[in-house]
Amino acid sequence: MRLRNFAAVATVAVVLVATAACSSGGGTGGTAGGKTLTYWASNQGTSIANDKEVLAPVLADFKKKTGIDVKLEVVGWNNLQTRINTAVTSGVGPDVVNIGNTWAPYLSATGAFLPYDSANMTAIGGKDKFVPTALATGGEAGKTVTSVPLYGLAYGLYYNKKMFSEAGLTPPTTWEEMVSDAKKLTNASTGVYGMGLEAGSYTENVHFAFITAEQNGASLFNGTKPDFTSTGVVSGVKRYIDLMQTDKVVNPSNAQYTNGTEASADFAKGKVAMIVNQDNADALLTSNGMTSSAYGVVPIPSPTGGKNVSSGIQGINLSVFKNTKNKDAALQFVKYMTSASTQGILGKPYASIPVLKGVTPTFTDDAAIAKTFSDVYNNRSRPYPLVPLEGAFETNVGNALNGMFATIATKGTVSIADVKTAMQAAQDKTNAAG
Amino acid sequence: MRESAGMKTFRIVTVTVLSVFVVVPLYVMITSAVKPLGDVQGQFTWWPSNFTLQPFVDIWKTVPLGSYFVNSLIVSTAASVLSVIVAIFASYAVSRWRFRGRGAFTTTILSTQMFPGVLFLLPLYLIFININQTFGIQLVGSRLGLVITYLTFTLPFSVWMLSGYFDNIPRELDEAAKVDGASAMVTLFRVVLPVARPGVIAVLVYSFMTAWGEVLFASVLTTESSRTLAVGLGEYSTEVNVYWNQIMAASLVVSVPIVVGFLLLQRNFVAGLSAGAVK
Amino acid sequence: MVLELFIHVAPMVVGIWMSFIKLTQLYIANWSAAPFLGFGNYSVALDFNAAQGSSLLRSFFTTCIFTIFVVGISWVLGMAAAVALQRSFWGRGFLRTLFLIPYAVPMYAGIIAWKFMFQQQTGAINFILSSLHLVGPDTKPFWLIGSNALVSVIVVAIWRMWPFAFLMLMAGLQSVSEDLYEASALDGARPFRQWRSITLPSLGQVNTVLLLVMFLWTFNDFNTPFILFGGNQPPAGDLISMHIYNASFVNLSFGFGSAMSVLLLLFLLIVTGIYLFITNRRSKDA
Repeated sequence: MRLRNFAAVATVAVVLVATAACSSGGGTGGTAGGKTLTYWASNQGTSIANDKEVLAPVLADFKKKTGIDVKLEVVGWNNLQTRINTAVTSGVGPDVVNIGNTWAPYLSATGAFLPYDSANMTAIGGKDKFVPTALATGGEAGKTVTSVPLYGLAYGLYYNKKMFSEAGLTPPTTWEEMVSDAKKLTNASTGVYGMGLEAGSYTENVHFAFITAEQNGASLFNGTKPDFTSTGVVSGVKRYIDLMQTDKVVNPSNAQYTNGTEASADFAKGKVAMIVNQDNADALLTSNGMTSSAYGVVPIPSPTGGKNVSSGIQGINLSVFKNTKNKDAALQFVKYMTSASTQGILGKPYASIPVLKGVTPTFTDDAAIAKTFSDVYNNRSRPYPLVPLEGAFETNVGNALNGMFATIATKGTVSIADVKTAMQAAQDKTNAAG
Repeated sequence: MRESAGMKTFRIVTVTVLSVFVVVPLYVMITSAVKPLGDVQGQFTWWPSNFTLQPFVDIWKTVPLGSYFVNSLIVSTAASVLSVIVAIFASYAVSRWRFRGRGAFTTTILSTQMFPGVLFLLPLYLIFININQTFGIQLVGSRLGLVITYLTFTLPFSVWMLSGYFDNIPRELDEAAKVDGASAMVTLFRVVLPVARPGVIAVLVYSFMTAWGEVLFASVLTTESSRTLAVGLGEYSTEVNVYWNQIMAASLVVSVPIVVGFLLLQRNFVAGLSAGAVK
Repeated sequence: MVLELFIHVAPMVVGIWMSFIKLTQLYIANWSAAPFLGFGNYSVALDFNAAQGSSLLRSFFTTCIFTIFVVGISWVLGMAAAVALQRSFWGRGFLRTLFLIPYAVPMYAGIIAWKFMFQQQTGAINFILSSLHLVGPDTKPFWLIGSNALVSVIVVAIWRMWPFAFLMLMAGLQSVSEDLYEASALDGARPFRQWRSITLPSLGQVNTVLLLVMFLWTFNDFNTPFILFGGNQPPAGDLISMHIYNASFVNLSFGFGSAMSVLLLLFLLIVTGIYLFITNRRSKDA
């Protein structure tokens, strides 16, 4: 047998097996035609299975009212951004997607999302139903928004009531008080610290670079250009990392806390007296054995003379892909998800602050906590930079802060000049992304 | 033949050191899987103070582990079997025939191993989408797409490795078979393959494990219904908590069939040895 | 085979084309509008005085160190185990399976178990070290941040890689005839000499291939740092594939990421070329 025959036989054998594999390989339908929408939801609940349970009745109700079938896929956070980016790049993705609202400006700049112009905005119920500051997070500054708020979240300072009353302390109202309280509550020999931070998580760190800069009245962007090295920004970052470095109220081991849950677990176990977290922390604290009555929440305090900012406008926004073949159905779905009744239903399981005007918060039964967070969300929050480079800013500044905490934890020191150098490097990298 | 004392010492030291290196992480996995979440997050202890099997119950509820497992099994099996079949033909051709472009073929195969996977991802995704739009074959989000992707990963190395094994098999065997009137196919299946069995199995194991463990492409190219374990296990780390004990429990559960498969194959390995003796 | 080549070559061509255009977030949804940069992305990558270039260079050296240790130690361990298990003895089958377990455990599971063990306060590594009195209770080292991160990622990569070396070398050893050992033993050869004069030469072909692919895989290893550090990789553990991934998928500079990938490809091509040239010549000399 010659080589050619051999090759022919080989090819046939391969094709046969390949066909067998094809028939066994399952596929999922596309988004084409019919009244079926594909919806990517980010993980909000205690697990992906939990998310599906929470959303199933809502989607069923939507189908009953409109006849539109929604195919839900809950995407974990570790994959979400890569999935969205590939979808944006290829132009093939779901019809509707929910995104972290800080991604809204850069995703808007890609032009992959449907702008909510006046016609589209009317189709989802008009812009007047939204809290204006929340709606402002929907895209680039001064342009038509491409996402609308879905779930609102805000930061607060959680404190352990028992530890505070035993030490004769009241919750802090200024940054200085927070530090001095934390010092009193710190006892490194027993492993108890005044504060816990997710100091190895770049997303958490970048939020605090933003909050401290805003408290100092500094802005991270000059127009659409990054400006990370101004005195206000640098001293803000320094103040934040000094919680571990000079104030020593944060256990250096927190530099290795990366997934957003470890500091809260420490808090629940009484190993730290205060943490900063968003209003949806209750589920996490409960799962670690802390009852809701054991903690209180106050706004993250500003330094004396600083601006009253204690959170960015956190949350999840809802966008429609421009390439959708079911634009009308997609808009109907957005309208339904941002309606007062759906917001009321989802507010509780997801601990989200209402993004609509005049809707009563359902995320907690504790009136004081509800009031604190509503106050923070409505009065003490600023939107993250509404510029296309926001994504690059988060990664580069966040990682710069990770590095500083790592240096401190491994017995190095970070001076104000070091902060400036690191922020300059982050700025160069951010510029390169544009 | 008797074994020298030096050899024996070497063997004992090697086996001990490597066993410890291998076993400690496995031991940590096993004990963490039977601790409640609170204990797992706390200070490490050798013995679980509060023994529980609850994680093994919870894993099925937190994540659709069963369907991920089936997906992984189908994808990895299809990819590895296809890879081995293609590799057997291709490497036999490379090893036994001097055809034009042989050198170029080998070089191309090699160069594919150098391209960083990260750069592959986006173009591959776009090509899959174009294939879908042109031919209507759904590749993104389907198991077939993953099988093809993994084939492209494993095939070059499989071909290369296997042709190495084939080269080591004396050509006299082929010649003898030819004299007896056997065709090339018969020679390959009756004479060469039995001898090369350990190599074939090694390649099979390699292809299977590559597909089994790959994370990056699987995370982008799959949807919920076609997601594989390698990605799915990440879902125990959620927005609210990292279920360490469930991660460990799930890892153990999904590893058991694979380890059993290895056990069966390694018998085969030994059988391959005796069968491989030149008669 | 044609399809296979197509699936390989087409993405490569697209990838190389991407490296010449300014494919940033503003253009990813509309490629044709992206401006052509020529070698612009490359000059940024190779300008080692600026932030981008210097961090690429650092990442490159980190990866070199990583690769040398991982490949070297994995090969030694794999070889040691293959030789130790070459002769039949009680429990050999069990050990053979045991040694392959790190390879059989899903990659995510194995690496996440290590991550768990590397926790500073509660992890098993520091627990073991302090119970052996190698570190004091107050000086527990960090493994996932700071300079130790490189050690951690090397250890984990070895844990995953060496069983593969073991598997391949073991398979290679099967073709070495027992008679050779018998003969040399009669000549009074000691085990180490036997290893050098019989085992190593018979594994020549397998070794050439094995070392090369281990080198290529380790250099391009993405899964290990990605899972171990979870996207928060410290500078000491900034391996090149993670570096490119971050530039491409996080900073969305796909053009720049592609340019770095092409540079990496060129480097690996050159190294492989030299390696094959040397090994070929040596095998011809022999």
